[in-house]
Amino acid sequence: MFIRARRRAEQLDLDLTGSWRAAEAAAIESELAGIELAGARQATLSAADASFDLSGAWLLHDFLQRARLAGITAQFEGTEPSALALIERTYSGEMPVEVRHEPSPGPESAVEDLGRRTVRGWHGLLLALDFGGRVSLSALHGLMHPRQLRPIAIARHIYDTGITAIPIVSVVGFLISVILAYMGAQELRRFGADIFVVDLVTIGVLRELGVLLTAIILAGRSGSAFAAELGAMQLNEEIDALNAIGVDPIAALVVPRLLALMLVLPLLTIAADVIGLVGGALLCHELLDMPVLQYLNRAQSAIADTTFWVGMIKAPVFAALIAVAGCACGLRVRGSSRELGRLTTLAVVASIFGVIVADALFAVVFMRLDI
Amino acid sequence: MTTLLEADGIVTRFGTQTVHDGLDMRVEQGEVFGVIGGSGAGKSVLLRTILGLRRPSAGTVRFLGRDLHSLDRNELRQLKASYGVTFQQGALFSALTVQENVQLPMIEHLQLSQRSLDELALLKVRLVGLPLEAAQKFPSQLSGGMIKRAALARALALDPVLLFLDEPTTGLDPISAAAFDELLIYLQRELKLTVVMITHDLDTIFRTCSRVGVIIDGRMISGTLAEIVQDPNPWIRAYFGGERARVRAAALQAAPPGAIGATHGA
Repeated sequence: MFIRARRRAEQLDLDLTGSWRAAEAAAIESELAGIELAGARQATLSAADASFDLSGAWLLHDFLQRARLAGITAQFEGTEPSALALIERTYSGEMPVEVRHEPSPGPESAVEDLGRRTVRGWHGLLLALDFGGRVSLSALHGLMHPRQLRPIAIARHIYDTGITAIPIVSVVGFLISVILAYMGAQELRRFGADIFVVDLVTIGVLRELGVLLTAIILAGRSGSAFAAELGAMQLNEEIDALNAIGVDPIAALVVPRLLALMLVLPLLTIAADVIGLVGGALLCHELLDMPVLQYLNRAQSAIADTTFWVGMIKAPVFAALIAVAGCACGLRVRGSSRELGRLTTLAVVASIFGVIVADALFAVVFMRLDI
Repeated sequence: MTTLLEADGIVTRFGTQTVHDGLDMRVEQGEVFGVIGGSGAGKSVLLRTILGLRRPSAGTVRFLGRDLHSLDRNELRQLKASYGVTFQQGALFSALTVQENVQLPMIEHLQLSQRSLDELALLKVRLVGLPLEAAQKFPSQLSGGMIKRAALARALALDPVLLFLDEPTTGLDPISAAAFDELLIYLQRELKLTVVMITHDLDTIFRTCSRVGVIIDGRMISGTLAEIVQDPNPWIRAYFGGERARVRAAALQAAPPGAIGATHGA
């Protein structure tokens, strides 16, 4: 109980008791809401037995405001709580400002929205091209002046993105060949064409899946790490500090990551290819009772000279896409930790999307070239 | 006067390094207690210990006579609602607006209607002297001084009786720092707050603090400002030995500390 209310015709007597503290605010609020104001003209409050903190006083202040609007004149018996005066003083400092409301969207706003999105998308594309261009120039400059490259940074990124990724890439490479072999064996056995399982596994792994899955793993592992790392540096003003020292952040942060990833992704692809082929041999042996020697012979004739290189040539391109997308997103982080999360997500989505689009383009080009 | 906060024999060790070696500290209700000490003396660690964010290697921390580490979850939660903290960098939640930052402790601890939450948050925003437009801004859009004020508004969200401030005026220009001190004195008097403040700012110490504790060699030397200024300890002599401090200390001797009310006009 915080209020004892007595009603005599148009007279309302309110005895305030207890401690009106923030911790009790919910109970006080509901008690105040329960007081019947209709029909009353005068209210007398006595606050001698109550103590107030600011939240409690505000609830009282708010109640008095409502009473005043209902045409009730309120007065205190004895002294007024001092916190009330503090609230009055705080409010009188400024005119109350209306809380802004967003206008509800009309039919024209759809067009406006479409326009905004288009322009924003176009700007995004320009920014991406600009960033890609600056990174390429910086990387080319670095390659022409190898002394200015940062070998220690590159080595660290090779370790982080490459060496530590070997186990997961190997396991995925193996599992992919298992999937291909099972799928192929089931279908091809019906035509008595078991032997073509070897073609399926070797060509599939070498041309497409080895490099594609390695790239997707690195996009998830390293693309996100790049974005998060650079984003956190951006939030901590480390990027600004680098700029102020006269170090180009692109040369110092982006180029080492780019070069490391372009070196690492082909190597990891080779690992995935090898494990994939070994897995294929194992599966053919277990599933189809095919001697390993026969597998090797068949693989030899299935693979053209170009098969391996068709896969390998994609690796540096995918690596560049992943590194640039990750770093670009990281450097775009501004202001808040939520932005960091959003752009890290975007980095992964954009790099996987980019890798798959690039792969599709490669497929078309290779078909035209008849490779 | 009742003792609000007591730390007895606090020992803090990081590996082989001993930061606090039997540190005692006592904060009375209604005072502004300044904690000073060299860099690395363990001021912020002491704050974290008092707040219960880290356990000391030995020693006890008592709020109103109750040992912090004997409280159960619920009591600890209630205790945390009765003190407010501002951190060195503000530590505002960057994904929330100022108003939402102030509301967060209220939403966690009070079951109020949305309207009351909004109004109370805006009241706190005004109380610390921020313009109302600032309520809808994100921390990244605020200046350093506004961040400190917004952090203070969040610390005041639950009407605490005890306020901890970690370097509240560090990084502010002298005018903003003076304005912040004024605000602090005003709020301390109006809201009957007890304030524990870590600071390096001599002006802030002389303007606001009624008592001062100096952390030296893992222990605390504390007393009224006038006593501490006279202390023979070499570090304290060096600290208060500068030109600016001497002038202020002389003024302090001339007009003994009625501290808070006296330094602030109206």
